[in-house]
Order: sequence, then C-alpha cells, then structure tokens
Amino acid sequence: MVTYIIRRLMGAVLTLFIVSIITFGIFFLIPRWAGGSAESLASRYVGRTANQEQVALAAKKLGFNDPLWEQYGRWVKAIFVGADYNYGPGVEHCPAPCFGYSFISRTPVWPDLIDRMPVTLSLALGASIIWLISGVAVGVLSALRRGTVFDRTAMGIALGGVSLPIFFTGLLSLAIFSYKLGWTAPGGHFTPFTQNPADWAYNLILPWITLAFLFAAAYARLTRAGMLETMSEDYVRTARAKGLREGRVITRHGLRAALTPIITIFGLDLGLLLGGAVLTESTFSLPGLGKYAIDGIFANDFPKVMGVTLVAALFVVIANLVVDLFYAVVDPRVRLG
Amino acid sequence: MTAAESVMVNRVIPGSAFLEVRDLHIHFPTDDGLVRSVDGLSFTLERGRTLGIVGESGSGKSVTSLGILGLHNKRNANVSGEIWLDGQELVGASPDTVRRLRGKKMAMIFQDPLSAMHPYYTVGAQIVEAYRVHNDVSKAVARKHAIDLLGRVGIPRPAKRVDDYPHQFSGGMRQRAMIAMALSNDPELLIADEPTTALDMTVQAQILDLMRDLQEEFNSALIIITHDLGVVAELADDILVMYAGRCVEYGTATEVFQHPEHPYTWGLLGSMPRLDRPTAKRLIPIKGTPPSLIHLPSGCSFHPRCPYEPQTGGLGRTVMPDLATVEGRHQVRCHLSVSQRRTIWENEIKPKLEAS
Repeated sequence: MVTYIIRRLMGAVLTLFIVSIITFGIFFLIPRWAGGSAESLASRYVGRTANQEQVALAAKKLGFNDPLWEQYGRWVKAIFVGADYNYGPGVEHCPAPCFGYSFISRTPVWPDLIDRMPVTLSLALGASIIWLISGVAVGVLSALRRGTVFDRTAMGIALGGVSLPIFFTGLLSLAIFSYKLGWTAPGGHFTPFTQNPADWAYNLILPWITLAFLFAAAYARLTRAGMLETMSEDYVRTARAKGLREGRVITRHGLRAALTPIITIFGLDLGLLLGGAVLTESTFSLPGLGKYAIDGIFANDFPKVMGVTLVAALFVVIANLVVDLFYAVVDPRVRLG
Repeated sequence: MTAAESVMVNRVIPGSAFLEVRDLHIHFPTDDGLVRSVDGLSFTLERGRTLGIVGESGSGKSVTSLGILGLHNKRNANVSGEIWLDGQELVGASPDTVRRLRGKKMAMIFQDPLSAMHPYYTVGAQIVEAYRVHNDVSKAVARKHAIDLLGRVGIPRPAKRVDDYPHQFSGGMRQRAMIAMALSNDPELLIADEPTTALDMTVQAQILDLMRDLQEEFNSALIIITHDLGVVAELADDILVMYAGRCVEYGTATEVFQHPEHPYTWGLLGSMPRLDRPTAKRLIPIKGTPPSLIHLPSGCSFHPRCPYEPQTGGLGRTVMPDLATVEGRHQVRCHLSVSQRRTIWENEIKPKLEAS
C-alpha cells in the first residue's frame, strides 16, 4: 500500500512536470512556430503605444531572445521564488508563487486566481454534490425498474441532459426561473460563503442545478449501466442466497461494485471543473476562474490564460491522485498491483 | 372427514418427506418464446441423504436449485408446482418468508467461488454477514464463528485468513470458504451447484471428501448438481437424470449405475472418461446437441439424439413418454419396454463400457 501511494505521488509530480512543459510550449513555442519573433511576443507586454526600440528592449529584458529551456527554467523558478519583470520603462515585482504577471492590467496573476477560486470552488462543489446524488439515485432506480415508464422517462430526460449545452439550459432556466418567476438570482453576483451562507446559496442555486443537470444525466446513464451489470453478477445472487434483505443486496453488494467507475469519473470531472467551468461561469456571469480565462483570451492577456491553465492542470492531477488512492481503498484488488 | 381434517391431511402428506418437490415448472417468457427450463419435476429427499441431479448444460439443473431457494425473479420467471421443505410450502409463500429461510434452513454452494464471492469484501466479512442476517449477535461473536467455520472446512491459520480477500485465496481454498459461508447457519438443506467444476482433480477429491464429512456431521439433506457422474458416484444416495427440463431417470445410485435404463443415461455413462481403457475407446459421446428449450422436439425430447428411437415404432416422434416406475423407486421416461431396455443394456451397452 505504501509503495502504491509513493508510486502514485511520483506519477502525479511527473504529470505536473509534463503539463508545465506543454503549457509553456503552447504559449512560448507555438507563437514562434507561427512565425512570431521575440519582438512580436514582447509587444504584447508593453502596450500599444510603445515604439520599435522600446519593444526590442522589452524583448531583451524579458529574455525572449534566450534559449527556450532557459526561459522555461525562469518561468518555473518564478512559481517557487517569484520574479522581477524588467520590461524597460520599469520593474514589476511578482512575488512567489508567481504564475505570471499581466502587463495589461499590471498585476501578478496569482492574487487574481486566489480571488476567483472561491467562486469556482463553490460552483463546482455544490453542483457536484447535486449531480452525484441525483444521478446515482436515478440510475439505480432506473436499473431496478428497467423497461418501466420511470426508466424510459428518466433515460429520455438524461439523454436531453447529456446533449443540451449549458448555454442553452442555462439561458432557458435564467429566463424562466429568474426573469419570469423571480425565484432565483439573475446571475452575475457572488457572495462568499463566509459572509452570508444564505445569499451564497441563493446566488448559486440556479448555476448549480443547471450544471448538475448536465452531469447528472451522464451519471444516471452510467450508474444504470453499471447497476444492470453488477446486479446480474454471481456475487449478488450469493448475497440473495444468504437471505439478505433486497435493500442491503442492492446497496452493499450491487451499488458498492457499480460505484467504483463512477467515483473515478467523478474525481476527474470535479478536477476539471475546479479549473474553471467556463461555459457556466460565462452564462451566469460568475467571476470564477473560467470567466477569468475567457476574459484573458479576449484581452490577449497570455499570462492570465497560462495561470488558469496551470492551476486547472494542477486540480486535474490532484483529482487523479485522490481517485487513485480512493480506488485502492474501495477495491482491494488494486492494492496488490 | 371434516374440512379441518382434510386440510391436515393435505398438509401432512406432502410435507412428510423433509424436502418434496412436486410437479415443479419454471418457465421464462422471452421475446423468442417461452423457455421451459424445468417442466414437471418431482422428487423427495430426506435428512442425511444425498441426491445427485445430473444432466448436460441447459438441462435445468441449476434453474431447479435456484427455484428451490426462491432466487428467481418473479418479473421474468414463472414458477409453479409445489416445494415442501419440512412441512412448509415455498412456491406460494411470501418472498419474505422464503428469504428468512434462505441461508438459514437452506443454503447453497455456488459453482465458481471467484465470481460468487464479492471481490470488495474480505472472506470473513462475507461469512459474518451471512451469519448475522439470521442471528442477532455482535460482530465479534460472528467473527469468532467465521474463524471456527473456516477452520472446520480445513483452511489453515483461519484467524489470519479470515481477513483476506477472495482473490488472495487459491481456487480450492475459495471453494472451502464458500462452503463455510453456506454452513454458517447450520442449514438442514444444502444445495451444491457444480461444487467442484472449477477445481483441479486433486482438489476436487478433497472438496468431495469434505462435503461428505460435513453432511455426516450436520445430518443435512444434500443436493449435488453436476454434469460429472464421477462426482455423484462418489456422494449420492439417489440420482436424478435430467434432460431438457424433465426427469428421464430417477433411482438409487446403485440402480442407476448398475442397471441404467434410459438411453440418455447410457450416453452419460459412455461420456465419462475412463483411464482404464485405451485412448480411442475411452469415450462414447452422445450425438447431437441439447435441444432448444423454446422449441422442444415433438414426442420424446431425446428422440432426435436417441439411437433406439426406430425401435419405438414412431412413438418417440409423436408421444411424450411418461415417467414410469420400473421397480421399487426406479423410474424411467422411455417408450422402449423394460425388457427391450434390459436387453440393450446387457447386450450392447454394458459390454462396450466394460470392454478394455
């Protein structure tokens, strides 16, 4: 078990390393391949009014002429010890952990990320609890009542949930529940949980449900398929042969086995969402990481996009690690391997 | 006789044997048609006795055993007939009544213990669960009971192995654990469905030995379901040969082995590999394949594969023979006359089986 944990941890660190290289490559290497020069890269950092010499100076000071591996090293080093960006006219300090410095808004990226994290965290956690519980519950009931009206209806709705994009269901539910009926917040507001839990929930309830609907649909279908499979397993028959009550047979024997792949996917989905639910945050104008990334993209503000990308990757890797460890707890056969 | 008395008689007569199955039908309606897995099966079994149910795959052996335990889903299986266990009728009983008997009064040993045990729970936890369903005891007491049971079925260092998972056991040990689980509530009826099929030969013998010892110890009624005549020869007092959902021959083990009268039984005997014969003559296979249970052959279900069908004068193709008593409890379902069958057995089959 200890070697298993160590191996997984090492795997996670390696993955992060690779992700950082890829992220770096996307923002530094690909523009070069596309024909960008050190100057054209630097021009993004000095503002539109700069003249030729200023840009060339910035390129030199920012190190865009240095070999790529040196630039990568500097970039990674900044994350751990911080960095000073000298772009010619002045020096900007970016304290550790420095996930980049936005020359457009003249702020380090990390404090912005910290600022927006609670929004994304609240959105993702709340929605994930809703979709996990409702998706699994509907899936189990559907499997047990296969072929009935309930099953058909639930799976029909689930198919809709999987296929309808969030900007459709989101706008539709905003139109109905916020503007027409006035039951929920119209979006665009976020109150931290620590400040007022009731307001926090009021502002998030519609995004939660909309986002959860999308995922719950997939989870219901997944749970249903898994339950149909496990409930016909020999060990479920054995459980019945012991004289166990049907409820216990379903939960302790059938669902327990069907839950493993669902938890795996749940971990990955949650990790992905923690890096920013771009569509949901945009639809409901929530100031989260996803919205931050989108705004960064529209403003051509590379460091912001890079920062979110890296944080998102970090969440996915952590989620992966947690899932792997959880797997070992759930399925004893994994511990040997 | 008053009404009350007639009820009494009806109760007493069917329940007089410890287990009595009467005219059991188990049908599965499917999109392709009605699957008649078990069609009019009857037998009795007393405590301390062993019944071997023999037949090819798909002959209805396992379906019968699951039917006795009430493990068929009412949604997709039609079960009719009567099953009397110690004076209690099970087919018409409420599902919860049968559930309370399951695992306690009647228990089952399944075929492949790797798939029949839950991969996520320790062997001990699964035995504890089986014990605690029917006994209101603490986990510690149940755990001690589980260790006792594991020791009794011959698992070394049971106090340590109790915390192992099924995949950490070898095949033979797993089957022992499965038996321990079935025995956890001292069942009076034990059904073993192909208990040794998944095991290698040496382990098979150990498991059969163990089951015989345990049966003597508990004085339980035992049903062994198998396609392997060698297994029933080892253990059974009575033998029931099934073909296409029906009993084709029923009798004591001695009768069925010494004087088999049904052509299908002859085929099964000829299909037993015998090491005491030269390779080429070891097997006399039954021709053809088991029939579809949806479209059973007309007349005798076995007639398309029966080499003696021409001797029935066309009856075999048209009329389903009755299960008729030959002598004592020996019953055979065949159109051939008793003398025809005995002649064929003595002159044709027996010499072939005994030839070396």
